[in-house]
Amino acid sequence: MDHQVLTTTLFLSVVALTIGITFWASRDNSGSDSFYAGGRSFSPIQNGLAIGGDYMSAASFLGISGAIALSGYDGFLYSIGFLVAWLVALLLVAEMLRNSGRYTMADQLAYRMKQTPVRMAAATSTVVVSIFYLLAQMVGAGTLVALLLGVDSQFVKNLVIFGVGILMIFYVTVGGMKGTTWVQIVKAVLLMAGSAVIVFLVLAKFNFNLSELLGAAASNSGKGQAFLEPGLKYGVSTTSKIDFISLGIALVLGTAGLPHILIRFYTVPTSRDARKSVLWAIGLIGVFYLFTLVLGFGAAALLKGDKAAEVATSKGNLASPLLAEAVGGGAGSTGGAILLAVIAAVAFATILAVVAGLTLTSSSSVAHDIYNNVIKKGKATEKQEIKVTRIAAFTIGLIAILLAIPAQNLNIAFLVALAFAVAASANLPAIVYNMFWRRFNTRGATWSIYGGLASSLLLVFFSPVMSGKGVIDGVNQSLLPASIDISWFPLENPGILSIPLGFLFGYLGTISRREPEAEDRFTELEVRALTGAGSEKAVIH
Amino acid sequence: MTSDVNTPHTQSQRQDPLYDELAASPEFGELRKLYRGFVFPATVAFLAWYLLYVLMSNWATGFMNHQLFGNINVALVFGLLQFGTTFLLAWLYSRFSTARLDPLARELNDRYEAGKNEKGH
Repeated sequence: MDHQVLTTTLFLSVVALTIGITFWASRDNSGSDSFYAGGRSFSPIQNGLAIGGDYMSAASFLGISGAIALSGYDGFLYSIGFLVAWLVALLLVAEMLRNSGRYTMADQLAYRMKQTPVRMAAATSTVVVSIFYLLAQMVGAGTLVALLLGVDSQFVKNLVIFGVGILMIFYVTVGGMKGTTWVQIVKAVLLMAGSAVIVFLVLAKFNFNLSELLGAAASNSGKGQAFLEPGLKYGVSTTSKIDFISLGIALVLGTAGLPHILIRFYTVPTSRDARKSVLWAIGLIGVFYLFTLVLGFGAAALLKGDKAAEVATSKGNLASPLLAEAVGGGAGSTGGAILLAVIAAVAFATILAVVAGLTLTSSSSVAHDIYNNVIKKGKATEKQEIKVTRIAAFTIGLIAILLAIPAQNLNIAFLVALAFAVAASANLPAIVYNMFWRRFNTRGATWSIYGGLASSLLLVFFSPVMSGKGVIDGVNQSLLPASIDISWFPLENPGILSIPLGFLFGYLGTISRREPEAEDRFTELEVRALTGAGSEKAVIH
Repeated sequence: MTSDVNTPHTQSQRQDPLYDELAASPEFGELRKLYRGFVFPATVAFLAWYLLYVLMSNWATGFMNHQLFGNINVALVFGLLQFGTTFLLAWLYSRFSTARLDPLARELNDRYEAGKNEKGH
């Protein structure tokens, strides 16, 4: 069979499967707990898989293996940072959040602060972080599908972005949290199985000897041992070394501030189940990142000539799919075509599952935090609130489509790393202070969220990402036209400065005012967070 | 929105005096101490260990590039050790909280439920 037909068939099967799951999951979707938190009745292993499905985005699957294929060892930092980050979520956030919130990140702040200002702040940063993340996934989908189908036309890319946007609106409005969770579970299983097969085939080519694989990667990369050593990408200057630290800090502190990850903790019956689901997720994600190491070095070792050039042109994003083709028997072979199509379909499923999670998170925050609690002062009915969530999902989907179409020349990994930096600067300080610092108050919460948000976004705006990198080989390296240079901040990742600023703003806001009401309610919050007393119960069927 | 100076208090109502009773109990003090006693040092430790890895990748390249066997160098082993320590700490925390934290949390939660029932909720 022609490989384009095969790939298209598999893509459509993935889409059909997810649509089927969504309809199936929507049968008993009634009430807010069901719509926003999947009835809080998922088991730890189901939620662990769904967390993995929500977290292992296209940037992980295609981006990290691509970064390793191109920059060797330096790409490995992403895997390590993304994994170690889960300890922050496990030790400090998951269980306490499960016990003290209901549907959104803002809930646990609103537990003891003044509702209106903290919900506005938390909803704002939820939407900003989610949209950055969403753009990365949609841009990735457009590029990936067009390249894999072998049709490099702008029209097809736009069509794919539009299609992904429509699908994510569908998953969220019809399936709610239940549908979204099942899409993520299925995706996690497909992704793990698909990568395991490729990893096995790659290792088999090197007699299951890692050293042999690394040696082949080093020599085929043309860079020798330097390919296996840190510093190929980030070691060139002191600035790039500090950028590396900044990226490392943003990765490790960002995860526990990502709203779409946080709300997954609400989908299990108790905080103990939240803990167990994070343990499952850590195991799953850890194994997956070990896979990406083999995939990345495998691509560097096995892809030669045209194929290696194709990997480089795609900024690494095609490393895994092309590696699948190579280990399946090479271009033109049936095995190669099948594996390429399978991995491409898995990558597409990955993107769909992540965008569904992001759309659900941002639209439920708009409906629950802004519409119900700020505008309606908590008096909206469940029906009204869910209706607004659906409208918000539709609106956010449209905004994401409209933003993603002109954003297609943006680097996907950059957008994701930026989302992590914003999450770590704006959300993490407020979450941690709220749980552990009695004196923390409304002003501290709003200052840390808006302050962290503004500093990370402004620093990026004045960084080389936006302007000032100049033109290399006829390609403008920054976002703004090459004639404009407003850059004064030398780092591409703002984390090293914006995260401490987020904490500092939170500290200053808090100590500049006393709020006895917030301190008083800390007792309740702490008892509830640590013991689960009075926490939201699972829906019993 | 950011100016919360003159807006009236819009905090949610205090829920239940039961929370104050629980907070004052010795079991809760013990639970809080055990929890913080584990997670604070553990967080400092794994963040320092991770940061050490990032810093050494930048500035201790001679050491990191040292080949241990075949093409396996210190940098790779150090990176894989980060995986190992993450799995280890996750497992230790799970064991600790199952054995030490969960029984206390359950007992306090039961007391809360009992208190609620007494009041005829």
